[in-house]
Amino acid sequence: MFLLFSAVIVIFSILTVTSRRILRAAAFLLFVLVATAGLYFLLKFNFLAAIQLTLYAGGIVVLIIFSILLTSHISEKLPTAGLMKKLPAGLTTLVGAILCISVIIQYHFPGSVGSAERIDVHMIGESLISYGKYGYALPFEVISMLLLAAMVGAIILAKKRKD
Amino acid sequence: MFDFSYTIWIVLIPLIVFIVVGFWGNKFKPLVSGIVGTSGLFVSWILSIFTAYEYFFVVGKTDEVYQQITGYNTLWLQLTDKLHIDLGVLLDPISVMMLIVVTTVSFMVHLYSVGYMKDEKGFERFFSLLSLFTFAMLGLVVATNIFQMYIFWELVGVSSYLLIGFYYTKDTAVAASKKAFIVTRFADLGFLIGILLLSYFTGTFDFITLTSPTGPAIATPPAVTFLGLSVLTWSMVLIFMGGAGKSAMFPLHIWLPDAMEGPTPVSALIHAATMVVAGVYLVARLFPIYVTVPLALHVVAWVGAFTSLFAAVIACTQYDIKRVLAYSTMSQIGYMMLALGVSGMGGHEGLGYMASMFHLFTHAFFKALLFLCAGAIIHAVHSNYMYEMGGLRKYLPITHFTFLAACLAIAGIPPFAGFFSKDEILVAAFRHNTALFIMEYIVAGLTAFYMFRLYYVIFWGEDRTYHHTPHEAPKVMTIPLIFLALGSIFTGFIPFSHLVTSDRQVLEIETEWIVAIPSIIIALVGIGVATVMYRKQTELPKRFAQALKGFYRAAYRKFYIDEVYLFITRRIIFNHISKPIAWFDRHIVDGSMNGISFVTNQASGRIKGLQSGQLQQYALVFVSGAIILALVFIYLWT
Amino acid sequence: MFEGVPLTWFLILSTIMFFVGIYGFLIRKNLITILMSIELILNSVCINFVAFNKILYPDHMEGMFFTVFIIAVAAAEASVAIAIIINIYRRIVNIDVEKMNEMKY
Repeated sequence: MFLLFSAVIVIFSILTVTSRRILRAAAFLLFVLVATAGLYFLLKFNFLAAIQLTLYAGGIVVLIIFSILLTSHISEKLPTAGLMKKLPAGLTTLVGAILCISVIIQYHFPGSVGSAERIDVHMIGESLISYGKYGYALPFEVISMLLLAAMVGAIILAKKRKD
Repeated sequence: MFDFSYTIWIVLIPLIVFIVVGFWGNKFKPLVSGIVGTSGLFVSWILSIFTAYEYFFVVGKTDEVYQQITGYNTLWLQLTDKLHIDLGVLLDPISVMMLIVVTTVSFMVHLYSVGYMKDEKGFERFFSLLSLFTFAMLGLVVATNIFQMYIFWELVGVSSYLLIGFYYTKDTAVAASKKAFIVTRFADLGFLIGILLLSYFTGTFDFITLTSPTGPAIATPPAVTFLGLSVLTWSMVLIFMGGAGKSAMFPLHIWLPDAMEGPTPVSALIHAATMVVAGVYLVARLFPIYVTVPLALHVVAWVGAFTSLFAAVIACTQYDIKRVLAYSTMSQIGYMMLALGVSGMGGHEGLGYMASMFHLFTHAFFKALLFLCAGAIIHAVHSNYMYEMGGLRKYLPITHFTFLAACLAIAGIPPFAGFFSKDEILVAAFRHNTALFIMEYIVAGLTAFYMFRLYYVIFWGEDRTYHHTPHEAPKVMTIPLIFLALGSIFTGFIPFSHLVTSDRQVLEIETEWIVAIPSIIIALVGIGVATVMYRKQTELPKRFAQALKGFYRAAYRKFYIDEVYLFITRRIIFNHISKPIAWFDRHIVDGSMNGISFVTNQASGRIKGLQSGQLQQYALVFVSGAIILALVFIYLWT
Repeated sequence: MFEGVPLTWFLILSTIMFFVGIYGFLIRKNLITILMSIELILNSVCINFVAFNKILYPDHMEGMFFTVFIIAVAAAEASVAIAIIINIYRRIVNIDVEKMNEMKY
């Protein structure tokens, strides 16, 4: 199961960044996000998977598609970058990937601490608004402020000018 | 102990006048500046007379010796733990005498200038500069230590530059002021090196310590020698070089004739009575040390004698009134230097010293008078040239008689002042060195000749047609003339040897008729020759000049010394020294600076590509940097 | 180890996704495609958090919550980014990232 999801993720992410048509790239991004949600389901984080599907796949990708429709000629083929750009970028990425993967493989992670518990929405809700040791009331409030600010900002930025 | 600290005001009042007139002079009528300047000098003059009276007669002698009194002294700059520069007032027979000379002549010149410079543009500037000069000269003569004297020496040079170049729109005046300043500055190089040598090896700047018989210069002279001469000899000769520049001794004399471009009161004050005697004063001040190094005294004597002969010969050929008087000044100062050079220390040995100071005193009076009369004449006739004048005795009676008095004084006819002082010099020279005596004897005759040549051509001879009838100068100009004439006549009777001598004790002398009679005779001979040649206009002068063709031409052209100087500076110094240095400065020093800026420009041109505004370039640099750092820290860091 | 999947496989997966996202960020010309690459990067980080949480500390929930917040922030940031892109498009009818280089020397 995991292999399926990871294969989907890898292949479609590569396709996203190398596709020549924008709408196809957006679609491939959608598939990546859905596959990630699937990974979350696998790891028994149901609530998180639901959030991922709703917000990311449903919200952000839709937003991206709207903006594509607003700003570009969707039937045009995107130009690819020249070799001058591809080479350094590819080199950097490759070296970085090899470095990280080698570090990960060599590191000996400690064993798991504690036993698995079933996580339900009840517990999540309680943590979100409690302010004790494992409470997330403060980040919750901050996030809501941030969302408000982003909303207001986006509206003002994208507003049509009266002139 | 009598409190002489009020003497600082003699020096400071002209400074205050300079500042006041300099800054606020042009806000009032010009006459106000003249009155302020003159009254300031009047106060200084009264104070100096009072100081002299107090010093010589009230405080008087202690153990038959006039003491050197420090009226006022403040520490200015501590150089090392032994050397320090002070500023103060030193009262001593010669400095008190000089105070009287400077303030008297300056006061007369101020008074005269109120009339002479009337209606000139820059009237206020003139008075402020005159006060500046007086302040500097007074500071010089009352200096307690040699460095203070050097400071005021330079200040005198600057004031002289400003005053000679007073008519700054005239090219010749500007060139003359530059020449004066540069030549004296060059001489001051020697002076400074001399000061440094002297103070380094004796450990003090102070005059009282340097000249005391038990002091570090005389009792225990430093034993260091250089090229066979002791360091004291070197420093005394170098200091004399400074004095020679200021006093226009050969070969540093070239500035004095050209300095006549300045207004006539300036010539009277600076180039007759005060600044040019600064060199003589310097040698007199350090005289106790000079006595211990006979070589330096020989240099002084021979330079003085040669200059007096040289200048007298040239003066016989010049046509411009002021140039004749300038060469006459040079000649008389040569006399003063000679007198110092043949002098010893103490008693009758020290006759030359006393004679030199006496001649300085009397010369100030009659030379200032001569210049001021020349000013009155130029003012009346509007020309400087002798041969455009003639028969002026009818039109300018007061000027005529005062000029005659001054000529008789300078020729050395008794009972005028010049006779007494010149006679003492001739006696001192006679006793010391016969060759010098003969040179000076001839110069005495020449002096009488050229002065009376000047007198006859101006005041006698045929009438010329003038543009308008020459009129006598206004009273404000004639009163100084009369006063100075009285001085020229009567100052000879002052018992100078009771007051100013080499060891500050009383010296009893009497006129030695063995020398006096021949000197009177040669003076009369000179006057007679001049009368014959010039009283009426004759062909004699021309025939005489043609007989001595080459020599006459050389003397008229001042023996080509100026051309030699020009050759040395233009051909040698400019071409071979200045040009390479300029090349070096322009190409190598500036070139390296330009090179630095060029390299900076190039580097910035290359680096600015890093700020291209391209987002993905920034991201690339960022990510690759992070990866490289990670590599370094994980694998290469030890 | 979770159901037979070792932790390192999760981490390798997320690393690959991260570097693919970086590659896309450095390569692409269109601003919106760059935005999509950024979303890929953020997503890879989310997987990382969740994997660590579940496998190393199963009784805690920090990883999950962090991921929730990351998703919220990504949403906010994407919306503002889109607003900016639309503004740029209105000004110069072009969203090529190489044309946006006014803040340079």
